[in-house]
Amino acid sequence: MGIASEALKNFKGFSLKNMPEVEPLSPGHRACQGCGEVLALRQAMKAIGSNVVVCSATGCMEIITSPFPQTAWRVPWIHVAFENAAAVVSGVEAAYKAMNRKKIINQPEVTFLAYGGDGATADIGLQALSGALERGHNFVYLCLDNEAYMNTGIQRSSSTPFGASTTTSPPGRKSSGQATWKKNLPKIAVAHGIPYVATASPAYPVDLMNKVKKASLVPGPAYVHIYSPCPTGWRCGLDESLEVARLAVETKVFPLYEVIDGKYFLSRKPSNPRPITAYFKPQRRFRHLKEDEVAGIQSIVDDEYNDLLCRCGI
Amino acid sequence: MSRRVGIEVSLAVAEAVGLCDVDVIAAYPITPQTHIVEHLSELVAEGHLDAEFIPVESEHSAMSACVGSSAAGARTFTSTSSQGYALMSEICYIASTLRLPIVMAVANRAISAPISIWNDHADLMYARDAGWIQLVSENGQEAVDLTFMAFRIAEDKRVSLPVQVNLDGFIMSHVIEPIFLPDAQEVKQFLPPFEPLLRLDPEKPITIGPVGMPDVYTEARKAHDEILKASKPIIGEVFDEFEKQFGRRYKIIETYKIEDAETVIVAMGSLSQTAATAIDAMRQRGVKVGMASIRLFRPFPAAELVEAIGKAKNLVLLDRATVFAGGEISGPVALEVKSALFDRGLSPKTANFLVGIGGRDVTGQNFEEMVERVVTAQKGDLPPYEFINVRE
Ligand SMILES: Cc1ncc(C[n+]2csc(CCOP(=O)(O)OP(=O)(O)O)c2C)c(N)n1
Ligand code: SF4
Ligand SMILES: [Mg+2]
Repeated sequence: MGIASEALKNFKGFSLKNMPEVEPLSPGHRACQGCGEVLALRQAMKAIGSNVVVCSATGCMEIITSPFPQTAWRVPWIHVAFENAAAVVSGVEAAYKAMNRKKIINQPEVTFLAYGGDGATADIGLQALSGALERGHNFVYLCLDNEAYMNTGIQRSSSTPFGASTTTSPPGRKSSGQATWKKNLPKIAVAHGIPYVATASPAYPVDLMNKVKKASLVPGPAYVHIYSPCPTGWRCGLDESLEVARLAVETKVFPLYEVIDGKYFLSRKPSNPRPITAYFKPQRRFRHLKEDEVAGIQSIVDDEYNDLLCRCGI
Repeated sequence: MSRRVGIEVSLAVAEAVGLCDVDVIAAYPITPQTHIVEHLSELVAEGHLDAEFIPVESEHSAMSACVGSSAAGARTFTSTSSQGYALMSEICYIASTLRLPIVMAVANRAISAPISIWNDHADLMYARDAGWIQLVSENGQEAVDLTFMAFRIAEDKRVSLPVQVNLDGFIMSHVIEPIFLPDAQEVKQFLPPFEPLLRLDPEKPITIGPVGMPDVYTEARKAHDEILKASKPIIGEVFDEFEKQFGRRYKIIETYKIEDAETVIVAMGSLSQTAATAIDAMRQRGVKVGMASIRLFRPFPAAELVEAIGKAKNLVLLDRATVFAGGEISGPVALEVKSALFDRGLSPKTANFLVGIGGRDVTGQNFEEMVERVVTAQKGDLPPYEFINVRE
């Protein structure tokens, strides 16, 4: 049995009946209405609880929760810079390890959590993340993927999906929007040989919370890639975040799965997958796409999904 | 009991860090700093030092991990040089305003391009506006002693700022010197356990590093500035305490044969040692020359410096780094010195020389030439700065 399976063998999990009441991330923060990213972070924090140190990358979730002298954080939280949350958490974890061993403190049960947006994770902070995963620190990393640099005004990242319109991948006479395929971060995390990797979505809160909780229970690094709808950047309705998130799963665009000790497990198989057009429709960032472009995207989505099924042994 | 050992200065600095019983070291190798971190990993590997050594993937992550570690309440050390400093500099600025008492040894090295592993003070100057305390050593013993003092200064609750200990790359870092190393008990007596002002602790949650809107940003920066200002007398106090316990005297501005000197050389780092030898030779010929050596570059000790050099007629101001300012103003050290003099209504004849850049040797002969130049030139005829020892 691998170390993650071993650590999770008695895992009970949350259900709608036993939702923890704790809210480490309090309401009253300054996120936009309908923000799916802060909802995902709230769910994740509920799963983690209060015995945690949180390291934040620069980005929406940092800005909206920490306008001095206010803070939305009821747990210890540190923000240092855009690209280094994984390195900061490495230091926090090492400090606790050393101080516990040297009996300077007696706090062996603390969880160490770092989070960043897709820009902080896939682009500018990929090196720091890779280093922290490779070194094997005992921490959880959450990538809150809203598929662009939202905090600075919707610029593209390497996690922006093909065809999406952003302020630096605008469609035009010579452009159909984002010209590159979305970088597969969970796969990169898996390639580090870490014990636990998962994808999650706030549209499936129990699943999300269980995955984040599991991530905190496995020894060593754990990576959870969280789909984080952003009505402001995706130009969908303020009440449509969760609908879009659900459609992302049902259209196979954002499949939910876990990789435990390197083994893939599909968390949810849409019984009747819908075409990608259903997903694109509420989001104006895809509105300019032509039929043949949509068809091209559909075939890659299908291929990637089949590849995932294969890895899950389905 | 202190023991006197013949040891490479880098190893001695690492031993000193070990004696300070640090909890976390996060570092990335770069010449000429390498021997410091190699020896620290050895101390950890052998169980001589109970610490976490984080072999980070870059200097940027080194300083980031140090910030996390220090914020979690651990005694934290790192070391770098040149490009390494440049890469981590973004986080150095943050570490200081977050008031984290990290200690960093900088084995001073030139900055690219061209890439050069050899010594100058470009990295020290790169770091000068980062809000850290910058101590400068002239020889191995000083590098070791200042390492002990750096932790004590950094962790003093009235200070709580990161401290740099600068030592000249190769010229010091790779030289074997006889060095007094105290024992662990003595260091413990000098350096009390680290008690952080605040720490990342689930039992007492705090928010560190929030957004500073325009209504608070200025106040945050001013608070940092005030603390840096207030640290100077505390640094002096720590120097006194160190002397009391170990018998070696440190001053914020060190002086050499300065009492009756008409010409004073203002130097920093290992240059001072060469300068002292040159001063002895010049004194033998009746030249009234002395030296002030800058031990503390940030906060800049203008008052102490002017007190030391204020009566001199001529000043030789040395900069071990190039400046790209257009040629009409002096090098960074000279600028600070001149500003300190100007503010006190003093205007001696000054010459500024850029010396020892990228590993260029500076000889006793050079010092004699520089002194000769400032003594013989007419005031007003001297350029803002001149390169020394450069092929035309
Ligand atoms: C070194 C550096 N480069 C650029 C920035 C500007 N910046 C701040 S947040 C951000 C984008 C954040 O995007 P992401 O990580 O996806 O988080 P989001 O805001 O979308 O949640 C950028 C470009 C910065 N703060 N630091
Ligand atoms: S821009 Fe998007 S991610 Fe950022 S706070 Fe607003 S809705 Fe949330
Ligand atoms: Mg984003």
